Amino acid sequence: MGKLFFYVALALVVVSGLIFKPEVAELVIHPMDQFNVTSYTSDHVSMFAITNVTVWLGLAVLAVFALMVLGSSRRAIVPSRAQSVAELTYGFIYKMVEDVAGKDGVKFFPYIMTLFMFILMANFLGLIPTSFTTTSHIAVTAVLAALVFFTVTIVGFVKNGVGFLGLFWVSSAPLALRPILAIIELISYFVRPVSHSIRLAGNVMAGHAVLKVFAGFAGALGLFSFLPIFAITAVYALEVLVAFIQAYVFTILTCVYLKDALHPSH
Amino acid sequence: MASNTQDAAHGAAEAAQGSAPGMPQLDFSTFGNQIFWLAIALVAIYLILSRVALPRIAAVLAERQGTITNDLAAAEDLKAKAVEAEDAYNKALADARAEAQRIAADARAEIQVGLDEAIAKADEQIAVKAAESEKAIAEIKAGALESVKEVAADTAEALVSALGGKADAKAIAAAVADRTKG
Repeated sequence: MGKLFFYVALALVVVSGLIFKPEVAELVIHPMDQFNVTSYTSDHVSMFAITNVTVWLGLAVLAVFALMVLGSSRRAIVPSRAQSVAELTYGFIYKMVEDVAGKDGVKFFPYIMTLFMFILMANFLGLIPTSFTTTSHIAVTAVLAALVFFTVTIVGFVKNGVGFLGLFWVSSAPLALRPILAIIELISYFVRPVSHSIRLAGNVMAGHAVLKVFAGFAGALGLFSFLPIFAITAVYALEVLVAFIQAYVFTILTCVYLKDALHPSH
Repeated sequence: MASNTQDAAHGAAEAAQGSAPGMPQLDFSTFGNQIFWLAIALVAIYLILSRVALPRIAAVLAERQGTITNDLAAAEDLKAKAVEAEDAYNKALADARAEAQRIAADARAEIQVGLDEAIAKADEQIAVKAAESEKAIAEIKAGALESVKEVAADTAEALVSALGGKADAKAIAAAVADRTKG
């Protein structure tokens, strides 16, 4: 059955390549155009203009609302499909916060859940063809990472006072090495938000750009356009995985940083 | 080749216009807009989650846990009751068996008593009848012996007279008695 389907799909692709003759189509693809921010209300992108960013952020909020609120609206003891997904997501992140950040990290659970749900939904919405991916923009991920960085730093100092600086003073190392290690630790601490934000935006942007580059090949290869189309299918499957994994990675790193703030000693 | 250079020229023209630099991500003029809407989106998601979704899901999970615990406890209870009921049933069964055995034994004993009585009565009657019969038989025997003696005496007398002797009644009686004794 699967094999038959595969061959039918292959035949369809070849036939469509023959019929539409992509080499003569006016198909010029700019891989980075998908990331353009365009305003619907004004000529240039001003601060409060309604842009495609607004639309896709709004859709992400709606998606979170649909899954977590509408999905759980029946409050069933035996859950429906949507409610199970909502409960699984809740349990997944709750357990992550509890395991990684500890019991006293649980009161930050709504913040971490907000980050995870937003990134997850934005990533998945970005996988819809012709959509705009908000998490591919460094402006968005930098704000998320900065939120985490400042929250964690403030929580660390409020909870531990000056003791939070013990995070940089590796008491298990020989005394002579400690100042050097302290400098390294300090640098790594300030690099955290940079890697935290660029990891997410970079992964998402690279994947989407690769999809568009392959689409450009499909336009140039004529009859053999089915090769890049299969490559797009494969990369798309990978991107679905990346969409989830990057949300997961961002969230678990947030938990790790929070753990450092709550329990700074090594 | 020609199209490539055309593309490059096109891209360069766009870049010159300033509408699309190499990476839209680095177009700082859009940052304000993105950050503004992101802040609104994050606050919205946070409010949705912390006010509605998370408490509701937590309540549902707790309720489910409670239901499961209650159901398990109820099941445990019912199981204990079932074991109790089985014990009671077994006890009732054993009691009934013992009662039945007792009743059977009583009945048997009663019947035995009646039977013994009847047997004793019958034995008695049989003994009476046997005694009566023995008596009758003894009488008949005695009668028969007497008759034998008479017949023997008569025969002996007739024989003696037939042989031409004179029958002495006393001697004949003594002889007959002597012979019939042994």
